[in-house]
Amino acid sequence: MSAVERPLIYANLRKPGYTVDLDCYIKHGGYEALKKAVAMKPEEVCKEVEVSGLRGRGGAGFPTGMKWKFLDRKSGKPCYLVVNADESEPGTYKDRQIIYKDPHQMLEGIAITAWAIQAKQTFIYIRGEFQHGAQILENAIAEAKAKGFLGNNILGTGYSCDVVVHRGGGCYVCGEETGLIESLEGKRGYPRIKPPYFPAVLGLYNCPTIVNNAETMAQVKHVLAFGGAEFAKIGIPGDSGTHIWGVSGLVKRPGLYEIEAGKATFGQLLYDFCGGPLEGRTFKAIIPGGSSTKILKFGERFKGKLPNGQEFDWALEDIPLDSNSIAACGTGLGTGGTIVIDDSVEMIQALSNLNAFYAHETCGQCTPCREGSLWLSRVSKRITTGGGLETDVPLLLDIANQVAGRTICAHGEAVAWPVQSAVPKFKDEYLDSIRRRKNGEEVSSVKLI
Amino acid sequence: MSLKSSTLTKADAIIAQYPQKRSAALPLLHLVQADRGYITQDDMAWVAEKIGVAPMQVLEVVTFYPMFRQSPTGRRHVKVCRTLSCALRGSYALMESLEKSLNCPRGETSPDGDFTLEFVECIADCGCGPVVQVDHALFENVAPEKAGEFTQQLKASLKDANYGKAAPAPGTPEWNG
Repeated sequence: MSAVERPLIYANLRKPGYTVDLDCYIKHGGYEALKKAVAMKPEEVCKEVEVSGLRGRGGAGFPTGMKWKFLDRKSGKPCYLVVNADESEPGTYKDRQIIYKDPHQMLEGIAITAWAIQAKQTFIYIRGEFQHGAQILENAIAEAKAKGFLGNNILGTGYSCDVVVHRGGGCYVCGEETGLIESLEGKRGYPRIKPPYFPAVLGLYNCPTIVNNAETMAQVKHVLAFGGAEFAKIGIPGDSGTHIWGVSGLVKRPGLYEIEAGKATFGQLLYDFCGGPLEGRTFKAIIPGGSSTKILKFGERFKGKLPNGQEFDWALEDIPLDSNSIAACGTGLGTGGTIVIDDSVEMIQALSNLNAFYAHETCGQCTPCREGSLWLSRVSKRITTGGGLETDVPLLLDIANQVAGRTICAHGEAVAWPVQSAVPKFKDEYLDSIRRRKNGEEVSSVKLI
Repeated sequence: MSLKSSTLTKADAIIAQYPQKRSAALPLLHLVQADRGYITQDDMAWVAEKIGVAPMQVLEVVTFYPMFRQSPTGRRHVKVCRTLSCALRGSYALMESLEKSLNCPRGETSPDGDFTLEFVECIADCGCGPVVQVDHALFENVAPEKAGEFTQQLKASLKDANYGKAAPAPGTPEWNG
C-alpha cells in the first residue's frame, strides 16, 4: 500500500493564494481553537494537551503536556513562555515554512499555550538570519493584537500576554534551551547546568519558564481544534500527530513531507515521496533526524524489541516513521531532517564536514567539547588531505567517547554521536580512504570539506 | 561616525519590551549593525550604557555571535552554506567557482570592495541546497553549474540604485525564505 501525506501543519500554507494576513487565516478557521481554549480553565487546556500525547518537535521529543506540568507554581514568581524558533540543526528546515507562510498558526498555538500556563510574557527567539521572518511575525503579532487575540485582555478574558520577537545572532548552541535563555538575557549563549537550572523552575530571569519549539506551538493549535482525545488518534499510541520530514541531500525530490506518525516507512519516504536516488546512484546511508542523530546504513539489519514488547527485524527501508521505532533502531527521530547520502560520497568527507560544523559551534565552556570537537575536526580533515594514519580511525572513536556525557549540555553528545555511530559502520571505508590517499590514487566524490 | 537619529529613537522602544534592560543587548547590536554595517568600540560603549552593563560585557556578546562584525564588509555580503546538506549538492564547487568569478578568496573582501565572500554554517533551507544568502536575500538551488549566471546577477545588483531599498514582496524568494 502506498503511503500518503496528511498535512495538518502545512495544510493551509500549501494552498495557492494563501497569504500571511490575519484575514486569510480567519477565513481558514483561524483563532477558533483559541476561542475554545479561553472558554476552558487553563488547567483544562493543559489536560487536553497531556491527553493528546503530543511530543515536542524540537528534537528531544519530550511530551509537551508533561513539560508544562513541571512548572514551578509555588515560587510565586511570574512565568514565561519562550518559543524556540532558532532552527539551526543541520538538515532541519521545517519551522521556516510556518514562520514565513503561516505565522498566525504558530501565534494561535502561542496564545493557547500562554493561556494554559498563564505566562506573563512570551518571547519568540528566532534565528538572526530569518530577518524577514522576524518582520512577518511582528506584522502578524500587531494584527493579532488589534483583534484581541494577543496582547491586552485577550478575547475579553482579562488575561494579557505580550509577545516579543527576539532575533538571535547565528549561533547553533542557542537552540539549546538554557543557552537560548542566557542569550535572551543578553549574554553569551552558554548553556546552564541542570540541576539546578531546569527552565521550568529556574529559567528566564530565574523565573519558571517553558521553552517550546515553534512547530510544537502550531501542533498545540490542532490539539485544541481536535480535542486532546481525538488528536491522540492521529498517528500511533505513544507518538501522536504528524511529523514533518525534511529530506535533503542526494535524492531525486528533496523536500518537506508531512506524514502521520508511524504511517509510512523510511523506504516509502525515500522512494515514493522523494523519488529514490539520483540517476545511476544507489543509497548508502541516511542521517535520520538532523545531523546530531546517529547515522543508519543501507544493508544493516535492525533487530530488537519495541517499548510495547513487539519484536522486530527490519531493513532500513522497513523502519516505521515514529519516534519509538526509530529510537529502537539506535538513533532518533530528532527534528525529522533526513540527510541522504549515496554511493558517490566518500564517507570520511561527510564525517569531516559535520565535525567542522560542531567544532565551529561549540560554545567553549566545557573542555571535553571545546577540545574534542576541534580534534575530531582536525583528525578527520587530515585523512581527507592524505595525512591520515590507520590509527586515526580508533583515535576518532576514542576522542568521541571522551566527549559524550561529560559536558553541561547535549552539544557534547551532538559532537560525539555522528562519530560514534559512523566509525563502526564505515571503518573499512575510512581505512580504504587513508590507504588510497597515501598511494595518491584518485578519489571521486563530491567535495565535502 | 555617529548613529542615525532613527536608530537612537528605536533603542528606547526596544529596551522597553523587556523586563530587564540587559535582554536588549542582541537587538540593539542588530540595530547598530543595520545602521553602520558593523559595530565599533564606541557603539559597544553606547549599548553598554543603554542597558546598564560594562562595555566588556557587550564586547563578549559581539565576539560570541557569528553574525556580529567589527569591520565593514564589501558592498555585497555573500554567504554560501557549507554544511552537509548543501555540501552534498555542491557548495564547495560553487565556492571555488565564486572565488574566481568574484575575485575574492573565501573569508575575505575583494580588492575593489564589491564583495565579501564567506562560508557559513547551516541556514535552515536544506532541501534547496546549495543555498546562498546575499545580504538579507536568500538564493536557492545555486548549483555549481549556475555559478556564472549567479555571478552576473550579483554584479548587476551593484548597478541597481534601488537595491535593498524595497521591502521584499510576499512570494519572492527573500520573503518566502
